[in-house]
Amino acid sequence: MSAVTTTNALELRDVRKVYRSGDSDVVALDHATLTVGTDEIVALVGPSGSGKTTLLSIAGGLLSATTGHVEVGGEHISDYDPKRLTEFRRRRVGFVFQAVNLVPFLTARENLLVVDELGGKRKGAASKARAELLLNELGLGHRLGNLPGQLSGGERQRVAIGRSLMNEPALVLFDEPTSALDTKLGEQVMQLIRDEVKGRGTAAVIVTHDERMTHFADRTVHITDGVLRA
Amino acid sequence: MKLALRELRRRPGRFAVATGALTFIVLLLLFLGGLLDGLFLGSTGAIRAQQADVFVYSADSRESFLRSRITPELRQEVEQAPGVTEVGGLGFALVGAEVPGEDELADAAVIGYELPPSGVPEPPAPGRAWADERLQAFGVDDGDVLLLGPARVPIEVAGFVEDTNYLLQGGLWVEPGTWREVQNKSRPDARVTEGVFQSLVATGEGSPAELAAAIDDATGGQTSTLTKDEAVDSLPGTREQRSTFNLIIGITFVVAGIVVALFFALLTLERVGLYGVLKAIGASSRQLVVGLLTQAVVVALIAVVLGISAAFLLGSVVPPQVPLQLRPSRAVTTAVVVVVVAALGGLVSLRRVTRVDPAAAIGSAQ
Repeated sequence: MSAVTTTNALELRDVRKVYRSGDSDVVALDHATLTVGTDEIVALVGPSGSGKTTLLSIAGGLLSATTGHVEVGGEHISDYDPKRLTEFRRRRVGFVFQAVNLVPFLTARENLLVVDELGGKRKGAASKARAELLLNELGLGHRLGNLPGQLSGGERQRVAIGRSLMNEPALVLFDEPTSALDTKLGEQVMQLIRDEVKGRGTAAVIVTHDERMTHFADRTVHITDGVLRA
Repeated sequence: MKLALRELRRRPGRFAVATGALTFIVLLLLFLGGLLDGLFLGSTGAIRAQQADVFVYSADSRESFLRSRITPELRQEVEQAPGVTEVGGLGFALVGAEVPGEDELADAAVIGYELPPSGVPEPPAPGRAWADERLQAFGVDDGDVLLLGPARVPIEVAGFVEDTNYLLQGGLWVEPGTWREVQNKSRPDARVTEGVFQSLVATGEGSPAELAAAIDDATGGQTSTLTKDEAVDSLPGTREQRSTFNLIIGITFVVAGIVVALFFALLTLERVGLYGVLKAIGASSRQLVVGLLTQAVVVALIAVVLGISAAFLLGSVVPPQVPLQLRPSRAVTTAVVVVVVAALGGLVSLRRVTRVDPAAAIGSAQ
């Protein structure tokens, strides 16, 4: 299969992921096909165990699909080895994890700088300027030098959003970004995600099982037992 | 690496236990090494100081100075051996020395010599001795008259020399006649007659091993000749001390490696989640391992600095009778080996770091 040039942020075609569990095979993702446009926000909703985490991991280059075609921002990654996937993640995607997972001994600003220190294209002052710009936009201009332990849950989530945007990704993947927040804070964070993502012309896939949050997305895709439904 | 250094700076408490344990290990290593060096140097100074290529013993002595006897006739044969250029007599007598104004006897080795070893002047006048500095710890001063052995033979201290002791007894360097007087009066059972020595030192042409063989050939097997290194090793207990201490030191280095390995293995277990996130956002296993090794090396370097400082501080208050010699060269080797061992200990976690799955960062609320 040749690499197809596309304007889409994410293109999954006929993607299957099968795990071996003991003697049997478990199909986590079954012939999934999904296209996300360059500045589109898609909510992925499904019960736990439905395969939404697997889909997110494959889209982000954390897992390789068993079969099928995976393309992110025009880059065909289905055949990448782990080393190339690491490099791909560094350049092309942003992640916001459910447990936030900031580096606990780094300040808000340093948590963003880590992305560039791991081998990003920016260095020194340029890197710092981008981190500060993002945190200012996220309303954390006064919290640059605070450690995660000194920030509230919502603030930590905003730092994580800033970190995911640091490398100017084609696609940002959100894993249950509001699960640890109350409804009001959750809505604020979703609004912020929408503003940041739309403002940059970036695409996003947001995994959630909270139907109240789906109206912030452009469309919602449901997943059950590894099968996608629009 | 930057991340690893920041963690060390921001969370020093996390690394305190490992650094503390390693500091004590460095201190222990330096004391063990210092004792080994002290015992070795204190036992062998009189031999190492000789500017000779070989040491000649009588064949029946099994390379013991105290058992060996070289008669003037045998000496003549040695002097005529091919390649020999210079020969000097050497004799030892181990005695207690009464020091004026002191209750304790000082352990002394009276050494009769003809050719001056390095750092020791020509033999003094009869009844006088060059004393090793070690005897100062027993209250010996310049000009003191020491009474040697049960017969209390008087010897006046003419001045001091360094690193010339024999079997941990302070060296007293005298001319041969004075040595024979001390030996014969304190050990009537092992008298030496005029012209007799226990050993000869010889210099000559060719390698020391060739010279030794030439001498033993020339005497028809009446002598057993050793090179300087062999003579040092044949001193009673020297080899045993060295192998025992080196074994203990070796095991202690292994313990240092295990301490570091265990500490970083635990730290890695604790960091699986963080490593997963860092890998997910683009950190390679190599970057994470380099960070971990950096921390292991920095912890080791801090421990080395603290341990060496503590050793030299404590070393300065150790009583002079304890044969502890802290040498900078020993500190440097210990430091280098500890750092290398710490890096190896850190590498034990390599596989675990490499196997952290970045996919674990997603879909978990840990």
